[in-house]
Amino acid sequence: MGRIVLDQVTKSFGDVTVIPPLDLTIEDGEFAVFVGPSGCGKSTLLRLIAGLEDVTSGAIRIDGEDATSISPAKRGLAMVFQSYALYPHMSVRKNIAFPLRMAGMDKAEQDRRVDLAASVLNLTDYLDRRPGQLSGGQRQRVAIGRAIVREPAAFLFDEPLSNLDAALRVGMRLEISELHKRLKTTMIYVTHDQVEAMTMADKIVVLRAGFIEQVGSPLDLYHAPRNLFVAGFIGSPKMNLIAGAEAAKHDAHTIGVRPEHISVSATDGEWSGVVAVSEHLGSDTFFHVHQTGLADTITVRADGEVGFRHGDRIHMTPRADVIHRFDEQGLRIA
Amino acid sequence: MARAVTTQRKIINTTFAWMVGLLIFFPIMWTILTSFKTEATAIADPPVWFFFDWTLDNYRVVQERSDYSRFLWNSIIIAGGSTFMGLLIAIPAAWSMAFVPSKRTKDILLWMLSTKMLPAVGVLYPIYLIFIRFGLLDTRIGLTVVLMFINLPIMVWMLYTYFKEIPGEILEAARMDGAGLREEILYVLTPMALPGIASTVLLNVILAWNEAFWTLNLTAAKAAPLTAFIASYSSPEGLFYAKLSAASTMAIAPILILGWFSQKQLVRGLTFGAVK
Amino acid sequence: MATKASRAAARLMLAPAVILLLGWMLVPLTMTVIFSFKRYLPMRGGDLGWVGFENYVRFVSSSAFWPAVQSTLMIVGGVLLITVVLGVLLAILLDQPMWGQGIVRILVIAPFFVMPTVSALVWKNMFMDPVNGLFAHLWRFFGATPVSWLSEASMPSIILIVSWQWLPFATLILLTAIQSLDSEQLEAAEMDGAPPLSRFIYITLPHLARAITIVVLIQTIFLLAIFAEIFVTTQGAFGTRTLTYLIFQRVLESQNVGLGSAGGVYAIILANILALFLMRIVGKNLDR
Repeated sequence: MGRIVLDQVTKSFGDVTVIPPLDLTIEDGEFAVFVGPSGCGKSTLLRLIAGLEDVTSGAIRIDGEDATSISPAKRGLAMVFQSYALYPHMSVRKNIAFPLRMAGMDKAEQDRRVDLAASVLNLTDYLDRRPGQLSGGQRQRVAIGRAIVREPAAFLFDEPLSNLDAALRVGMRLEISELHKRLKTTMIYVTHDQVEAMTMADKIVVLRAGFIEQVGSPLDLYHAPRNLFVAGFIGSPKMNLIAGAEAAKHDAHTIGVRPEHISVSATDGEWSGVVAVSEHLGSDTFFHVHQTGLADTITVRADGEVGFRHGDRIHMTPRADVIHRFDEQGLRIA
Repeated sequence: MARAVTTQRKIINTTFAWMVGLLIFFPIMWTILTSFKTEATAIADPPVWFFFDWTLDNYRVVQERSDYSRFLWNSIIIAGGSTFMGLLIAIPAAWSMAFVPSKRTKDILLWMLSTKMLPAVGVLYPIYLIFIRFGLLDTRIGLTVVLMFINLPIMVWMLYTYFKEIPGEILEAARMDGAGLREEILYVLTPMALPGIASTVLLNVILAWNEAFWTLNLTAAKAAPLTAFIASYSSPEGLFYAKLSAASTMAIAPILILGWFSQKQLVRGLTFGAVK
Repeated sequence: MATKASRAAARLMLAPAVILLLGWMLVPLTMTVIFSFKRYLPMRGGDLGWVGFENYVRFVSSSAFWPAVQSTLMIVGGVLLITVVLGVLLAILLDQPMWGQGIVRILVIAPFFVMPTVSALVWKNMFMDPVNGLFAHLWRFFGATPVSWLSEASMPSIILIVSWQWLPFATLILLTAIQSLDSEQLEAAEMDGAPPLSRFIYITLPHLARAITIVVLIQTIFLLAIFAEIFVTTQGAFGTRTLTYLIFQRVLESQNVGLGSAGGVYAIILANILALFLMRIVGKNLDR
């Protein structure tokens, strides 16, 4: 089916090494998300798996078979691109049928599969339109349709939602997750958005500068970030990182406390500071607190009803059982 | 933001621009008018403008006396053939430079451009000799090949600039969808670049049609296209203005029409994409 | 940005164009260079052996050489001056709001599509003929004696014909360049109190500088090579023999291939110097 193994894979462009030796296994049926800031090599990694780039050294195995030098067309993978990459001169039907046509499938079977995919993706009414006549979300669905009709060993998604507006993005996120639950096919999804990673993944691969910083389930990463980079990258708003004397109290170089693990009070608490900005989201309120003597800003998440304002002095208490400790190298202290 | 302009200003602009436009166009218009006159009316002093007995005689005489259709056919074969041959070579070349650029791509493009600037007269005799050696003198195939070479750099350049505008992701998508190189070019690239390919074809047909160095020097009678046909009128034979006009009109009409369709592409093609 | 396989395919697909063009360039060029060092008279004995640089010396020291250089420069210079100046003015005019802009544009562009032999013949006979030409009619109407243009004023006549052919090219390119000028720039200058003439000098003209350079370079390359216009009008007589035409005559009319080839090599060197400038501009554009 779709077990993908990267074995000591490297990639350099000329003298620039983008991916240093890297090992990674993605199990069959897994939803793996590559996440990291731009330029971290996550898209390159995906393109290596797709076969759109050659690996400089190392091997890629798909279902135990060495696919390192197989052309993208023959790897049995399907890809959804950031720009959707629909064929503008073909109708939606022809777009979705294109991989089947390339595989030389007979016309009746092509139609059957296209109709099926279209009904799953709510595209039935649009089959005769051109991509130019569709909305962003519809185009996205066509791109997904084109991927699923082939029944690939795995789906590759390259930042597929970044061209959609915020509301649509949430909707498509759910659709893709649902699709994965139904198809149970391996999916590899590249994004820079940690929210997408957290909500969709079975396994998150956090990348920085070509290195894998941590691999794990979303909750693993949330509860036990292996280093400061992962700690700062996963979770929203970001974890508060505090160095110095306060950290020394906990026998650490740096400690991290997530905003949702700090309680606030008008009267007493372990720390205190002045509210610089309070953001009221209705359900929650975020306080950005200055003058704490701990860090430039401490972010705190409180209930929607808590009503401190700019300039108020507040007191904060971190939950002792969820304080993350890091050493001088930024690595987690267990 | 376009701004509203006073009607008065617009009237002045319009009048002036139309006057200039008609002045520039006048020689063509006069030629077309004269082609419908009798030879006597054609040289009347003062000139006759619109009110004369319109006649198609000149067109008939030109065809009968000089076999216009044979020259026309040669022009069509040579212009069309050289463009078609050029496309076959230029499309793959432009594909490879636009989508798989290497460090040398820029140098190759510029070098191709430089071959276009080779003065024809500098290589006239060698080409002449080669033509004699291979029996190509006064043949359509010989001229077709030469014009193909002349225009190949422009074709590659134009196609290159059009291909550059097609996102590489779409071709990669085709590759992921199982398309081989041939399918990728045939089913995805070519249809998407069709408008660009059409303009390239148009411009090259025009350039080949009007080419007047090689067509004059490498043909005699058999393969002579319209440029040579017209040049044969350069030694006057009595009253011939109306016939000359008819012949000229027939020689330029097809290309004038094509040219009007391709104004925009013309700029791009002739400046090698430097002005858009 | 690609795999080894696609790079290999790319090389394979680029190869025909490169190899063919290389052949097209190198074979005749080599032959020309070889001939230029030989005494080569096809009608009078053929290949008469190596003569070193004699042809090069003879070509530049012949009595026809300097007049040919002079007429070449006059034609190229004259046409460039006329087409660039009128081209800028026309481009500005065509950019103004008016009725029937598209049609005027078509009228102005039309001469470019007229094949050179046609335009030369039409001008020569129907306009410049001293007896029946329109100009003769016009002159007589004003009581003047008609001029036999192509012999008495041969150079201005040819410049007129060639300018008429190339004005559309200059206009079209300059118009395209003007239309790419951000009108907010002009409006900002207007807000800053610049009168129309200053706006033209300080904003429009600098914006056009690149387009003008390109027009000049491309036209120069084509103008150096004009042939048909002279071939069907004066045949090089009356001081209109350009370098191109001189070489043509040496090679095909007097069948002195060695001498003509030496001239050809001069022409190639000249064209390449110009081409170098043009390619620098175009090359810069490629880097974007």
